[in-house]
Amino acid sequence: MVEQTIGKSVQRKEDLRFITGKGRYTDDINLPGQAYAVFVRSAVAHAKIKSIDSSEAESFPGVRAVLTGGQVADDGLGSLPCGWMLHSKDGSEMKQPPHPVMAADKVRYVGEPLAMVIAETRKIAKDAAELVAVDYEELPATAMVNQAQEGAQIHAEAPHNICYEWELGDQEATEAAIASAAHVTRYSLVNNRLIPNAMEPRAALADYNPGSDELTLYTTSQNPHLARLILTAFVQLAPEHKLRIIAPDVGGGFGSKIFVYSEETALAWAAKKLGMAIKWTAERSESFLADAHGRDHVTEAELALDGTGHFLALRVKTTANMGAYLSTFASAVPTYLYGTLLAGQYKTPNIYVEVDAVFTNTAPVDAYRGAGRPEATYVLERIVNLAAVELNIDPVELRRRNLIQPGDFPYQTPVALEYDTGDYEASLNKALERAGYADFSSRQEEARSRGKLRGIGVSCYIEACGLAPSRMAGSLGAGVGLWESGEVRVNPTGSVTVLTGTHSHGQGHETTFAQLVASKFGISVDDVEVVHGDTGKLDFGLGTYGSRSLAVGGSALSKAADKVIEKGYKIAAHLLETERDKIDFDDGEFRVRDSNQSKTFQEIAFAAYVPHDYPSEELEPGLSEKAFYDPVNFTYPAGTHICEVEIDPETGKVEVVRFTVVDDFGTIINPMIVEGQVHGGVAQGLGQALLENCVYDEAGQLQTGSYMDYAMPRADDLPAFSVDTTVTPCTHNPVGAKGCGEAGTIGSPPAVINAITQALGIRDISMPATPEKVWRALGAGRAHV
Amino acid sequence: MSAKSMSTESMSAKGSSSVTVNLKVNNKAVTETCAANTTLDELLREQLGLSGTHIGCDTSQCGSCTVHFDGRAVKACTLLVAQCEGAEITTIEGLGTADNLHPMQAAFRECHGLQCGFCTPGMIMAAVDLVHQEETLDEQKIRKGLEGNICRCTGYHNIVRAVATAAKKMRN
Ligand code: FES
Ligand code: FES
Repeated sequence: MVEQTIGKSVQRKEDLRFITGKGRYTDDINLPGQAYAVFVRSAVAHAKIKSIDSSEAESFPGVRAVLTGGQVADDGLGSLPCGWMLHSKDGSEMKQPPHPVMAADKVRYVGEPLAMVIAETRKIAKDAAELVAVDYEELPATAMVNQAQEGAQIHAEAPHNICYEWELGDQEATEAAIASAAHVTRYSLVNNRLIPNAMEPRAALADYNPGSDELTLYTTSQNPHLARLILTAFVQLAPEHKLRIIAPDVGGGFGSKIFVYSEETALAWAAKKLGMAIKWTAERSESFLADAHGRDHVTEAELALDGTGHFLALRVKTTANMGAYLSTFASAVPTYLYGTLLAGQYKTPNIYVEVDAVFTNTAPVDAYRGAGRPEATYVLERIVNLAAVELNIDPVELRRRNLIQPGDFPYQTPVALEYDTGDYEASLNKALERAGYADFSSRQEEARSRGKLRGIGVSCYIEACGLAPSRMAGSLGAGVGLWESGEVRVNPTGSVTVLTGTHSHGQGHETTFAQLVASKFGISVDDVEVVHGDTGKLDFGLGTYGSRSLAVGGSALSKAADKVIEKGYKIAAHLLETERDKIDFDDGEFRVRDSNQSKTFQEIAFAAYVPHDYPSEELEPGLSEKAFYDPVNFTYPAGTHICEVEIDPETGKVEVVRFTVVDDFGTIINPMIVEGQVHGGVAQGLGQALLENCVYDEAGQLQTGSYMDYAMPRADDLPAFSVDTTVTPCTHNPVGAKGCGEAGTIGSPPAVINAITQALGIRDISMPATPEKVWRALGAGRAHV
Repeated sequence: MSAKSMSTESMSAKGSSSVTVNLKVNNKAVTETCAANTTLDELLREQLGLSGTHIGCDTSQCGSCTVHFDGRAVKACTLLVAQCEGAEITTIEGLGTADNLHPMQAAFRECHGLQCGFCTPGMIMAAVDLVHQEETLDEQKIRKGLEGNICRCTGYHNIVRAVATAAKKMRN
């Protein structure tokens, strides 16, 4: 009997290649005779392109070609589409101005690609790119989200730079409840703009074979099939069956590698046009300028409470920055992934949210880890905390009074979602216990005796993952279905190859999915190989984002494995000369009930491929099954984060001394991997709260374009994390999993700010709470004492 | 700012002379000729095919490119090949192999000190040097010591555990 591993921290199958330097990332792949591309990018935020003179670059020794946005237009390539159509309050469609593969007439953000130089070596391409002379007619730039509607118009199609004005919820009932409430808490906030910064910069290698008309693109993608669909159906780069996209090892994504970008598209186009293999690898400064950024909201919120501290209504008005163009999923992030989450874990009967999405002369903004849900959680968990302070109720107690209780499920929120299951108070209680919440005041006293200020902050988050039933997504404007596919191929010897449409770029699918399938068959994890990231190997898949891989992709694999087992029963019945219903399958053996007759999984596999003694009239040979799984609802991970900080009043430096997380992710397959996801997520959340900030100046120049100006969390900025779980399995998928990839980033920022404001005794401090801001806040506080 | 200043300055390849250096990489003597402005990471990746050394930034601040130069951790992107005459370079490929892992490599796997794996070779090379340099290590020292290496995936929690675990084994 093979030991089964569901719920066990199995070491990762993928690690050996990474720890020995044998990973195979896009830039590690080389093709004979490949050329190198370097992009010429806009130096200004908003301008007409008067002319591009590439003659000097073209005659530079070693340069093969210089291609411009004009040539892309001449070749009739389509615009890069946004995959989610939103409608404004008045029913009109969102404005979707063309997003050119490379700018031809006008540039709209610093760093926008407008030409590419292709040369024998990277160095030559880089030197020659500096010789491309661009003549700009500069236009006034609109860089700030809160000035977008009055600023210079960026697209002819979008007056006042408005993309859409969206709403959700019952405005009248919400306003009435606020008007008559015993107490209303008001809060204005900025959710700071972030740059994702996966450690592997984007890269691509395109190759074209004129003989077969096959175009191959190796690229750093979280969803190669979706990229293929967009590049073929919309951009019309090649017929779908002639384009193969391979996303090999990918060094982190966090959303930034979901999207179909200019550079990869232009590279594939150039490879086909010139009939050669071409490679492009972003330098980090290009990642800062031209990867899709995240967050960037300006929000006003009102929370109405009755005299007993029960929430009556929440009203939220947000302006969301789309950047200069609509990136692949940009429109959905501040709407369906934000407005729908504003109920949080609470029974708030009335909620109304308005979101104005605006264009600015900045890099496109799209999903970054959490995507909309961290912004929603921040609004809610900060305003609830402020209400507690204003009403002089313990913040935990106020939350407790309003929590949705286990008996309330399924719970229909006033903002469209129906939560299937959860036990929020269980996570809260466990987190309070682990964090030593009850003894906080003694630690605070002790810190005070050392001249330090301590604060503790709580945040109770919910998120919606496993996006989403395709029918629902379609009715809300999604351009694609959101199911997942999987294939389970049992090889003749009984080892198994698993193909999934999700993509692993750090999440450990090669291990988790192997555990899932191995446990279905009662075989060893070592006998299961997981294949992903190649459109040439699997028919279709939607990729990895929104913490969907196990909940949706794992469910597809679970279904495919069930089909294999079902066929196995029939083969076993034939071989054992009995009926299918008299056989049990357990521990990797098909056994005739109440007898000692059995066949192993491996024997059945062999019989399926060597069908000498086989029910051939009834069954086809082979043992390989596919399944598609379309979720029936979102999944709803939820939990509590508790942050304890110690602040040095002399320097304003905030030290996170304790960080406690208790999550409910439903069924967990590999706790070690899940904990790792939480650690990484929390680190990014602490980064947003304390360190990271993307800043453009008024002229639209990026001020934080390197690791010298953009503060990434480093090892000495972060604490050790205390992580635990509670479990209510998801009720509607076969795995019971809810997803764990984003939760850490979603729950943590408000916990940090709640802790800092408590320590300082102030109402608010904006993210990131840098030492300077904290020190100034202390000064302001002192002045008032 | 003009378009020309958008990419970082580099010497024109045609204008620059070439250099020939003799060095040892992973215990093997090599003689390589390259453009004078070639950096060590470029030599390793592009000329020697040692793609385990990664490039994560262009300002020498991420540590993805960390290798050992005469036994000490250095950022390979900050060194010109011309500075490596006679040097002994060890990369992740030379530290241990799949069937004979260095204790640091083993500990990273055991403690789940990696996710996407991109920062990992540099992180491991930096950590080995840290253990060699410090007589004793505690959590704070490990965190301080790895401050030059950015990991975006792990939140460092398990990296710190891995280094502490490996340090014990390396000292035994
Ligand atoms: S690549 Fe050398 S420090 Fe970033
Ligand atoms: S494991 Fe991905 S950057 Fe460290």
